Amino acid sequence: MSLGLFYALVGGGLFALGLAGLILQPRLLGKILAFNILGSGAFLVLVGLAQRGGTPDPVPQAMVLTGIVVAVAATALALALTRRLADLSGAAVLPEDDARAPANPRGPDGD
Amino acid sequence: MNRWASVAVALLCAVLALALAWAMWDLPPAPVALPAQVAGSLAISGVEHPVTAVLLNFRGYDTLLEVGVLLIALLGMLAAGATPERMTALPPDPVLEGLARLLAPLMVLVAGYLLWAGAFRPGGAFQAAAVLAAAGVLLRLAGPVTAWTRPGRVLRLALAAGFVVFLAVAVLGLAQGAMLEYPRAWAGSLILAVEAGLTVSLGLTLAGLFLAGPEIPRGGPRT
Amino acid sequence: MSLSPFDLLLAVMLLLTAWRALVAPDPFRATVLFIVFGLLMALAWARLSAPDIALAEAAIGAGLTGALLLDAVGHLRAVRRQSSPPGGDKAREAAK
Repeated sequence: MSLGLFYALVGGGLFALGLAGLILQPRLLGKILAFNILGSGAFLVLVGLAQRGGTPDPVPQAMVLTGIVVAVAATALALALTRRLADLSGAAVLPEDDARAPANPRGPDGD
Repeated sequence: MNRWASVAVALLCAVLALALAWAMWDLPPAPVALPAQVAGSLAISGVEHPVTAVLLNFRGYDTLLEVGVLLIALLGMLAAGATPERMTALPPDPVLEGLARLLAPLMVLVAGYLLWAGAFRPGGAFQAAAVLAAAGVLLRLAGPVTAWTRPGRVLRLALAAGFVVFLAVAVLGLAQGAMLEYPRAWAGSLILAVEAGLTVSLGLTLAGLFLAGPEIPRGGPRT
Repeated sequence: MSLSPFDLLLAVMLLLTAWRALVAPDPFRATVLFIVFGLLMALAWARLSAPDIALAEAAIGAGLTGALLLDAVGHLRAVRRQSSPPGGDKAREAAK
């Protein structure tokens, strides 16, 4: 197995882990962390798959470089909105998650 | 969320991971050899480092839009408004502040080096901007720089400068026939100019993501 | 470049820190684990012969994101302390 394919597989694992965290984490801060892990996994897949032949590929590397900068911008915006929500409501969780959990036993993925 | 639902989600994500792994394992080799294409055109790109060539020349359109996205994210943060500061006051720390004042110029120097190095080795506008932003965060945490509640005119101009310079260069290419197509002889200089603008603006924008917040209250008047 | 034991160790550490960051009950601990995850990612990029991304990941992915997250953790903690008196969480649990 080439190095690229190996890291792409690790990226796939990180992607699934991040996706599970994004759905299961009740706290918004945890969701933002999960979103970042999910993104890192996607970046690894992008670069790893392109380099599974063994040669470094500058095209996905450049894409991922811009992707990292966009990810930090999205994270900062999400954190700013989380702070605002916490200031207004006193809790950093989504109101739907708070209200739906007891009413709908299957949770947000049930519908 | 219900316990069984959580287990179901975890299982589905595990299945997804296995499916992804299987798909990646079975994927046939790419029909186009991009590294060879990049290497073949590197001579006319104006720079010698392939990643910089892709970022600023071959796929300049992506980078242009990405700079726009970053600017919009910062505008969104400023529009959301600063939340009142809730954390307790930090006493001013002269050692930290002195160290920050010493390190900040060095970090600007490193950023300048990275910008210059990007033309022929790993480095470039993004890494230089990241170092500039780190200097901004350090200065903010140590005290000398205050948060932006309302960026002034100069700061706003500096934030937009990178995007505007990039867009101007892109539109200049229209005279040649296509957007973002640099004249051969000028490609190197134009890329450096765009990168210099991007370094300043991206550095300020990234720092702004941290600085566009509330004031850290200080314990007592500073002398 | 072929696979070395270091790559296996790095892969295990990446998945482990990501997992621990997601399940950690304390937001501060989760954030610190995430910063460790970002630095390990920088190592992975270096192994994939992508030094540009490694530089950006170390400075932005671990550094700047870490600073933003820690700032937010402190803020949210202060909000919780001020908006809900001791036992406030329990009262909310009981109201469900």
